[in-house]
Amino acid sequence: MLLNQFLLLGAFLFATGVYGVMARRNSVLVLMSVELMLAAVNINLVAFAAYQNNVAGQVFALFVLTIAAAEVGVGLAIVLLIYRNLRSSDLDDVDVLKG
Amino acid sequence: MIAQNVAFGILAAAMVVAALGVVRTNNVVHAALYLVVVLAGGAAQFILLGQEFVAWVQVLVYIGAVIVLFLFGIMLTRAPMHPDESLDNDLKWPAAVTALFLAGVLGSLLIDAFHRTKIDIRQPIRTAAVTNAVFRTYIIPFEVVGVLLLAALVGAVVLARKD
Repeated sequence: MLLNQFLLLGAFLFATGVYGVMARRNSVLVLMSVELMLAAVNINLVAFAAYQNNVAGQVFALFVLTIAAAEVGVGLAIVLLIYRNLRSSDLDDVDVLKG
Repeated sequence: MIAQNVAFGILAAAMVVAALGVVRTNNVVHAALYLVVVLAGGAAQFILLGQEFVAWVQVLVYIGAVIVLFLFGIMLTRAPMHPDESLDNDLKWPAAVTALFLAGVLGSLLIDAFHRTKIDIRQPIRTAAVTNAVFRTYIIPFEVVGVLLLAALVGAVVLARKD
């Protein structure tokens, strides 16, 4: 197996996640796109771990998974708070700071 | 070797289609289910690379917990379920251009840097080796991540509770 096939898959997933973060209006879908980007990073870490025959990449992937779980928890709490205050989960409605 | 490459191709094709589904579908629940396919495909790729432990952690944490959390979030915020209502904002084309540019830059860099680097997997990494690394070399980051999880837990409770 080539190293590049995994890295290119990761790059594609990351670019898809960037598109999702920018183009989506629903806040839960934006969080899902962020998860897509984190999953892409994990594929890169694990591919390099297998290439170098070193467990460090796997440990880093585990840390990324943990951070992703924490991020989703706090992120969804914020989304719930926005929904409770604005009666909408639409990010275009969150424009209080816009002059 | 050929069997591994065939397995990679099938999994990668499923992941690419599902990733496009996550960012293109007009149904929020379908997006969460497409995300399950992407993450399960990622776990299968990890097994293909001989990194078993992180694959099962991905299945447990992502598919078991994070997706359920997303589905709860979708239900609690009463996300629009009608397929005719667009979930995209008007930045669709700039976003597509940015993503294509990013994919092009990353892809050309990776092809330039690693175009003939091969992965040679002699044997799968044992879980004992991973846990040894976590609890010896990376014990301080591990503890810090534990504190971070606690902070995130308390923060999420404080943010989400009604007072």
